[in-house]
Amino acid sequence: MAKLDLNRVPMPRQEPEVRAKNFSEVALGYSLKQALAEANRCILCPKRNCVAGCPVNVDIPDFVKAMREDDMLAAVRILKSKNALPGICGRVCPQETQCEVACVIGKRGAPIAIGRLERYVADWERANMSPESLAPELPKPTGKRVAVVGSGPAGLTAAAELAKLGHSVTIFEALHVAGGVLMYGIPEFRLPKEIVQAEVDYVTSLGVELTLNSVIGKIDTVDELLESGYQAVFLGTGAGLPMFMNIAGENLNGIYSANEFLTRVNLMKAYQFPEYDTPVKVGKRVAVIGGGNVAMDSARCALRLGADEVYIIYRRSEVEIPARREEVENAMEEGIQFKLLTNPKQFLGNDQNWVVGMECYQMELGEPDESGRRRPIVKEGSEFIIDVDVVIVALGTTPNPLIAQTTKGLKTSKWGTVVADEETGRAEKPGVWAGGDIVTGAATVISAMGAGKLAAADIDRYLRGE
Amino acid sequence: MNQILLRQDLVPKIHLFKVAAPKIAGKAQAGQFVIVRIDERGERIPLTIADWDRKGGSITVVFMEVGTTTCRLAQLGAGDSITDFVGPLGLPTHIEKFGTVVCVAGGFAVATIMPIARAMRQAGNRVISIMGARSKNLIFWEDELRRVSDQLIVTTDDGSYGRKGLVTEPLRELLSGDGKISRVIAIGPTVMMKFCAKTTEPFGVKTIVSLNPIMVDGTGMCGCCRVAVSGATRFVCVDGPDFDGHQVDWDLLMARQRIYLDEEKRSFEQCQCQHGTKS
Ligand SMILES: Cc1cc2nc3c(=O)[nH]c(=O)nc-3n(C[C@H](O)[C@H](O)[C@H](O)COP(=O)(O)OP(=O)(O)OC[C@H]3O[C@@H](n4cnc5c(N)ncnc54)[C@H](O)[C@@H]3O)c2cc1C
Ligand SMILES: Cc1cc2nc3c(=O)[nH]c(=O)nc-3n(C[C@H](O)[C@H](O)[C@H](O)COP(=O)(O)OP(=O)(O)OC[C@H]3O[C@@H](n4cnc5c(N)ncnc54)[C@H](O)[C@@H]3O)c2cc1C
Ligand code: SF4
Ligand code: SF4
Ligand code: FES
Repeated sequence: MAKLDLNRVPMPRQEPEVRAKNFSEVALGYSLKQALAEANRCILCPKRNCVAGCPVNVDIPDFVKAMREDDMLAAVRILKSKNALPGICGRVCPQETQCEVACVIGKRGAPIAIGRLERYVADWERANMSPESLAPELPKPTGKRVAVVGSGPAGLTAAAELAKLGHSVTIFEALHVAGGVLMYGIPEFRLPKEIVQAEVDYVTSLGVELTLNSVIGKIDTVDELLESGYQAVFLGTGAGLPMFMNIAGENLNGIYSANEFLTRVNLMKAYQFPEYDTPVKVGKRVAVIGGGNVAMDSARCALRLGADEVYIIYRRSEVEIPARREEVENAMEEGIQFKLLTNPKQFLGNDQNWVVGMECYQMELGEPDESGRRRPIVKEGSEFIIDVDVVIVALGTTPNPLIAQTTKGLKTSKWGTVVADEETGRAEKPGVWAGGDIVTGAATVISAMGAGKLAAADIDRYLRGE
Repeated sequence: MNQILLRQDLVPKIHLFKVAAPKIAGKAQAGQFVIVRIDERGERIPLTIADWDRKGGSITVVFMEVGTTTCRLAQLGAGDSITDFVGPLGLPTHIEKFGTVVCVAGGFAVATIMPIARAMRQAGNRVISIMGARSKNLIFWEDELRRVSDQLIVTTDDGSYGRKGLVTEPLRELLSGDGKISRVIAIGPTVMMKFCAKTTEPFGVKTIVSLNPIMVDGTGMCGCCRVAVSGATRFVCVDGPDFDGHQVDWDLLMARQRIYLDEEKRSFEQCQCQHGTKS
């Protein structure tokens, strides 16, 4: 056997100067040769540490082995038996803290690029197979009906699993497009919408009915769904309520929640205004407040829309940035400026109510807090002003209270999340399950999918009267 | 796809559509709205539910041509379809037996105040309605509003019909008169609502206004529609659209309505619809 290469095959990407001006995908994907070279680094170890690191336990060495044997179809089957959305997970999973961090090669060099291989297999499938050819044989209909509320990764996964078990499933989605955050939040250059749409089409090809433009809690309540013939309801409505800071000037023109900014850009395609009719303010000097994936996505969208200067304003230091390392590096390469240990005190406006500046504190780090990260502390007297004309607040989201307010007997936590059993997704209310961000608060695509899958299995047991 | 069943041109630039939307028609209540997107490239805009037919399964909206989306809507007619039609959104208007309720409507809002006046009357209130328009040729639904009101006052800015002047004048007279006014509902252009609220404030009569900020999703997800009421930030699409007019930060609302003036102009110039609409 050839000597182990400790470096992973680099991912071909668009050059920073080029990609900073377009919305096309940044990472271009491996060629077959590159994919095989990377797959060959895997030592197919019997302990399979990597599998345990993946929240849905993808059989990583098995699909990698199938790739090496040039049996892509088998690789697809192995992958999809555990993960219905590999084209998405291969791109956006935080692999570096999940499957890849557990890879044994990581002890000596760079771990196997599992996410990239997953992406390769999924893209191969999309290019070479028709969606139907891989659709499983559906069992005889059970005659049971399930309503799935929300079409993000949690809802899509639950719906697909339930349909594969023969239940009749209807998804109710508030927006005019299915996919949840995958469509309205994560930008095209990181997750092409065509890929999300292909996954949505796969779910409907299983016989799942998709009802768009239906806000549950308004058009029907959860109780009305249960009364109208659905034996079970799965809530996968995510955590879509944006948080603001409640500091002076926050409602000035030019200050967006990340949700609004990203929705305008991704869902409404404001980057193609006026061909698409929804506008967005581009801004010359844009400040994005926060350090998560949402902040990185917002900053990189602002840059691509044509802003001259884009700042990330984050109150801790670089090591605490919660966004994926890869995306932070991409952002830095593209020219996003990081103003760390900085926190806004107030926003300043002109006589037209437009934001023109942001007064900030310099911060320092104290003792670790409950989250285990060092607590940021204001440096008294350190105030300074940054000139800006657009601000994007990306400080996180909580569940939209609409469902909880309109559903009798649903238990919620003080953060507004729905209380549900971790293993089964069962909510306190009979006939209702919940999973994804609505239960955990803002988390990850793969954890939402995992929750959708567990809930589907439990709903199936319930419907079969076990 | 929601089909337009009927189109009526009420007055120049103000049109009525009856749209097939059986589910929404089954649920709609006075004061709620729908979000409309004409086609794949369109913007999402809110329109108040002016009426509903639960049996026939339709929703009525009345809209005024002010920019790209409303002008493009005005090019559609019976038989055409609207890609997205979502609702009923927002909280219904609080209806209760208060005593005497004054309903004030400006411009196209004559249509949107109708279900509220009707519901207030059905709840046992004495309803006095005031409707105002710029000029006689912009008056519509006078008889309809009279039918659901105990008294109706019409004003025009130029005096070409009814009383000359703004709606705030008869409103002030009613408040200074003998009869006790328990509540005022004012719907119309933002300045008109603001001045109605300013008129009633010294009399201490609770005044409900229906706010119309720019919206995107209409479900509480984006925060675009935020306004300040009693010093706190509220989302109009889920916490409203009705608010206490004495507590609203009107200047902020008006400033936020102007965010996209440049873009709206650009979009309108590019849009073909300004070259005359189908009538
Ligand atoms: C900008 C951004 C970047 C991210 N980047 C990453 C990343 O790189 N990697 C990663 O793993 N995770 C990332 N995440 C997090 C991830 O996207 C979420 O954790 C995941 O989408 C949650 O899935 P969900 O199914 O629970 O909810 P969502 O994806 O939020 O979907 C919920 C759906 O329910 C609908 N809905 C809400 N209320 C109602 C109602 N009343 N009636 C009907 N429908 C309703 C919503 O419209 C939405 O479509 C990111 C999130 C954002 C916002
Ligand atoms: C709850 C609510 C109910 C409404 N009900 C009615 C109604 O029954 N009939 C009616 O004619 N109008 C109604 N409006 C106003 C209507 O939504 C706007 O006139 C419409 O959006 C204008 O779009 P446009 O593309 O034609 O014009 P544009 O040129 O885009 O805009 C003209 C003005 O309309 C406002 N506006 C623009 N985009 C939006 C948007 N996405 N959401 C809200 N306002 C926007 C702005 O203040 C703008 O300056 C309502 C608004 C709200 C918030
Ligand atoms: S689903 Fe995500 S965590 Fe699991 S193997 Fe794939 S990339 Fe890794
Ligand atoms: S731990 Fe690493 S080397 Fe071992 S099987 Fe998993 S990916 Fe391959
Ligand atoms: S319109 Fe998005 S929160 Fe109200």
